[in-house]
Parts: sequence; structure tokens; C-alpha cells
Amino acid sequence: MPEFLLLAAGLVLLMVAVGLVRILWGPTDMDRMMAAQLLGTGGIAALLLVGTATSLPGAVDVALVLAVLAAFAALILVRSLEPPR
Amino acid sequence: MTLADIATDVLVGAGLMFFVAGTVGLLRFPDPMTRLHALTKADNLGLGLIVLGLLFQVSTVADALKLVAVWLLTQIAGATVTQMVARTIWRGRS
Repeated sequence: MPEFLLLAAGLVLLMVAVGLVRILWGPTDMDRMMAAQLLGTGGIAALLLVGTATSLPGAVDVALVLAVLAAFAALILVRSLEPPR
Repeated sequence: MTLADIATDVLVGAGLMFFVAGTVGLLRFPDPMTRLHALTKADNLGLGLIVLGLLFQVSTVADALKLVAVWLLTQIAGATVTQMVARTIWRGRS
């Protein structure tokens, strides 16, 4: 079971690494932000899988913080693109 | 292989499939709106199924609640971010 979860974490990270190509290609800034969102969510999934597989004590807490920070980053970008009032 | 292990394998495997589908969609779809749609599948269903699979592996109620809290927080944050990103794309501001 731990081996399968670690393999799953590795696959998630591989998918996220492939998805980062969108940062290179993406014609708009929103595309780049979406690839960063995928990185955040993939990081959360990998952290949860590794934390459960190896009984790491703080992994779920780090995943919680990562979830909040990823949301903040996207919201700041969206707000910065609005026209000034 | 207990029943819990089989359930975890199936659910985590399904979550992985949604992550793959979301990444392929992010790379191959023609338009930012459609890419956003693909991303939300990886965010919600991919992470949701993985959390559901991991719930069979934890031993205390507190740990299970923490996992569900991570998923709920990601859902709320993802919903907010998706709406705002879609609005920015729609108004052509990016």
C-alpha cells in the first residue's frame, strides 16, 4: 500500500511537471496562472499521498497552507489586471 | 489486500486518471476558457477522489477530518478562483 501511494504521488508530480509547459506556451497570463493552479493542486495531492504513505506528521497541515496560498496568488493576479478605479 | 486497501487503490487510481485528463486538457484545448474547464476537473474530481481514497487509510477521526478539510478548502478556493479567472478571460483583460 505505501508503495502504491508513493507511485501515485510520483505520477501526480509528473503530470504537473508536464502541465508546466503551459507556462511556457500560454499566450495569455491567465493560462500561466492556470498552470500554476494545477501545480498547487498537484502539490496538495502529492503531499497528502506521501504524508499518508510514510505517516509524516505535518504533511496534511502543509497541504492546508498550500491550498490557501495558491488561491491567494490567483486572486492577486486577477485583481492586478482589473482597471484602476 | 484488505477491502480498505482495494477501495484506496481504486479511488486513488480514478483520481489519478482525472489529473491526467486535466493536464492533457490544459495542454491541448484551443482556448483559455476550455482550458479552465479542464483544470477544474483535475482540481475538484482529481483531488476529491484521492482524498476519498486516503480516507480508508487513516486511523483516527481527527486525521480523516483534516483530509476532508483540505478538500473543502481547495473546493472553496477553486470555485472562487475559477469564477474570477473566467470573468477576466471573458472581459478580455489578460
